[in-house]
Amino acid sequence: MLRVESLSAYYGAIQALRNVSLHVSAGEMVTLLGANGAGKSTLIKVISGIHPSAKGRWFLNGQDISGLPVEEILRRGMGQVPEGRQIFAPLSVLDNLMLGAYSRLRGEGKKTVLQDLESVYELFPILRERKDQRAGTLSGGEQQMLAIGRALMSRPKILLLDEPSMGLAPRIVGMIFQTIQTLRRKGMTILLVEQNAKAALKIADRGYVLENGRILMEGESEDLLNNREVQRAYLGKEYREVWE
Amino acid sequence: MIWDRRYECMPREEIEQLQLERLQSTLHRAYRNVSFYKKKFDQLKISPDEIQSKKDLAQLPFTTKEDLAGSYPYGMFALPLREVIRIHSSSGIRGKPTVTGYTRNDLHHWSQLTARVLSAGGVVKDDVVQIAFRYGLFTGAFGLHHGAELIGASVIPMSTGNTHLQVMIMQDYKTTALVSTPSYALYIARYIESQGIDPKSLSLKRGLFGGEPCPESIRKEIAERLFIDVTDNYGVSEVMGPGISGECEYKNGLHLAEDHFIPEIVDPQTLQVLPMGAEGELVLTTLTKEAFPLIRYRTRDITALDSTPCPCGRTLLRMKKVLRRSDDILILKGMKIYPSQVESILMEIEGVEPHYQIIADRVQGIDTLELKVEVNENVFSDAIKNLQSISAQIERRLRELVGVSGKVKLVAPESLRSPEGPAPKIIDRRI
Repeated sequence: MLRVESLSAYYGAIQALRNVSLHVSAGEMVTLLGANGAGKSTLIKVISGIHPSAKGRWFLNGQDISGLPVEEILRRGMGQVPEGRQIFAPLSVLDNLMLGAYSRLRGEGKKTVLQDLESVYELFPILRERKDQRAGTLSGGEQQMLAIGRALMSRPKILLLDEPSMGLAPRIVGMIFQTIQTLRRKGMTILLVEQNAKAALKIADRGYVLENGRILMEGESEDLLNNREVQRAYLGKEYREVWE
Repeated sequence: MIWDRRYECMPREEIEQLQLERLQSTLHRAYRNVSFYKKKFDQLKISPDEIQSKKDLAQLPFTTKEDLAGSYPYGMFALPLREVIRIHSSSGIRGKPTVTGYTRNDLHHWSQLTARVLSAGGVVKDDVVQIAFRYGLFTGAFGLHHGAELIGASVIPMSTGNTHLQVMIMQDYKTTALVSTPSYALYIARYIESQGIDPKSLSLKRGLFGGEPCPESIRKEIAERLFIDVTDNYGVSEVMGPGISGECEYKNGLHLAEDHFIPEIVDPQTLQVLPMGAEGELVLTTLTKEAFPLIRYRTRDITALDSTPCPCGRTLLRMKKVLRRSDDILILKGMKIYPSQVESILMEIEGVEPHYQIIADRVQGIDTLELKVEVNENVFSDAIKNLQSISAQIERRLRELVGVSGKVKLVAPESLRSPEGPAPKIIDRRI
C-alpha cells in the first residue's frame, strides 16, 4: 500500500532523515517508534507532502507520489491525523467532520458523504451527541476522536496517525487505541507513529525503530517487544547491570 | 507443505523492499555496534547512509573466515553477551573455532527457518523425526531440532554414532523422517542391509540431508536403498546454521530464505558480482541477525542462483546444490577441514615436515580421511615404533582440533614434491 524507498529529508543544512525505507502492506498496522527528535513527524510530513525538502521515492498503491503537493496526496487516499489534533476550534464538530470530506463533496455529492458521517458517528457516538458543539470545547480525548473522524471522512486508503496518545490520560489512551484496533479490524491500513511504544506494539503487526533519522530495526511487534535494546530505550525497562 | 506462506510466497516486489529495509537497518546496527565493521567502513570511506539500493551492496567490503578468526571469540558480536542466549561454534582456522551467538529473536527466526526447510521436505506434525547430527557446538542438530519441534513433530535427539542403537530406535520408535548427513544415511542403509533387515519394514518415509554435498547419485542411492523421499538442505554455521536454503518437492534447487539473507554470486578470483544464473561463490548478508550480523560473508561454496518461478508457489529464488568450494577446504562427515588447520598441527609435531596431502574418499558410503605427511630424514630412518607414535600424535590432534578421525601415513622426505612443484594438498576421490 505505502512504500518508502531511501528517503532523506533536510531542514536547511540539517539532515533529519537518512535513507529511510519502510512499507505498510494493505490491511496492515505498522508502528513507527522513536524518541523525541528521531524524525518520526518529519517522515509523516514528507510522505504526506507537507515538508517538501526531501530526496528518495515513495509510492501509494504502486504510484509514485514523491514530491506531489499535499492536496493531491490527500486526494489519492492518504488520510492524516496530525500531531496535536489540529482541529478547528471555533467550528462545530459537524463542520470539522464535513471539512474532512471537502475534497470529495464536489465529485461525489452529499449522499455518500452523509453515509460516511453516519459510520463515523457509529465509531464515536460521543461525536454525534456533541455535533453542534464548538470543537474547542471538547475534552482532549474527544478532540482526538474528532481528528480521527475527520481523517476518515476523506475515505483514506491508508491512515497516518501521528502520536494519537499525546497528552491524554491513560484511560483515554486505552479507548483511542481500542478504536484504532477496531479500524484495523475493519480493514483499514494504518501507520501509527508513537512514543508510547508498549501500547503501539501491542496492537501493531510490525514496527520500525527510528533513531537519529535512521531506521535501526524492523520486525514483527513480538520481535521488537523481545528485543532488549527496544525494551531499554522505549519500554522503560532498565536492567541493573551485574557485569559488563 | 509451505510453512510460512506470507514470506515464502511474498510477491517479488515486496521481498525486494523488505530486503532493502532490513539491509539498511542491519548496516546501521553493524556500523554502530561492531568495531570491525566501523573500522572497515571508515577505512574505505563508506557510510551505511550511502546504501540506497540493493545494488549498492556491491560497494561494501567482504567478510571472510579469516576476519572471524581475527576477532575470536566475541569480537564481531553486535550485542553484549548478556543479550546472547546461545553460543555455537564451528571449525575455525589457526587452531581456534569460529564463535557465533544468538539472541532470543535470532533463535526464534532460526527455528522458523528450519521449520520451513523441514516442511518443504515434507515433515508434518505427525512425523517422528530422528536427528542424527551430532549435538553439541555444531549448529546442525540444534537448528533442525527446534524447527521440528516448532512444526510439532515428535523429535528424537539421537545424535550421531552407535548405528546399531540408531537402527533399533528407528525400528521400534517408528521413525518417519531421518535428519543427518547424506553419507551417514547411506551408512545406515548399508548397515540395515548387512543386518538382514528389510528396509520396507521400517516406517521411514523421508530423509532431509545436509552438512555436506549431496550429489544426485547419492540422493538416488539413498532413496532406492531406504525407499524414502530425499531432500537436500543447506546451511553455513557462521551465518546461522541450517535453514538458509532447502529443496521443495520439485527438487529443482534450494529455496533461499531471502527475507533473512541477501545472496550474491561473485567470481572467486575477481570478486566481481556475477549476473543471475552464473556460477560462482555464494556471498551472504544477514538481514535479521541481532547478535552476529554478517555483511557479505564469503561462504566459499560454489553455486548459481535461479529466479525462474517454481511450481511449488514459493517466490524465494533457488540456489543450485553446492557440490564444490572455491577454496581448498574439504567437507567431510559434515565437518570443514582447512589446510591451515592441518598445517598448524604439523608445525607442533617434532620430526615431520609441513608437506602433506589430504585424501578424502568414500568407502561403502562413509567418508574416510587419509593424511600423507612427509617426515624428515632423521625420523625416516628411525625405529618403526617411533614412526607409529608420530602418526598417533597427529591422529589425536586431528581428532581434537578438526573433529575428524583420519588415518595418517608417513611418507619419505621429498616424496610429495616433484620438480613441477608440490603435489595437490587435497585429493577428493568422492566426487
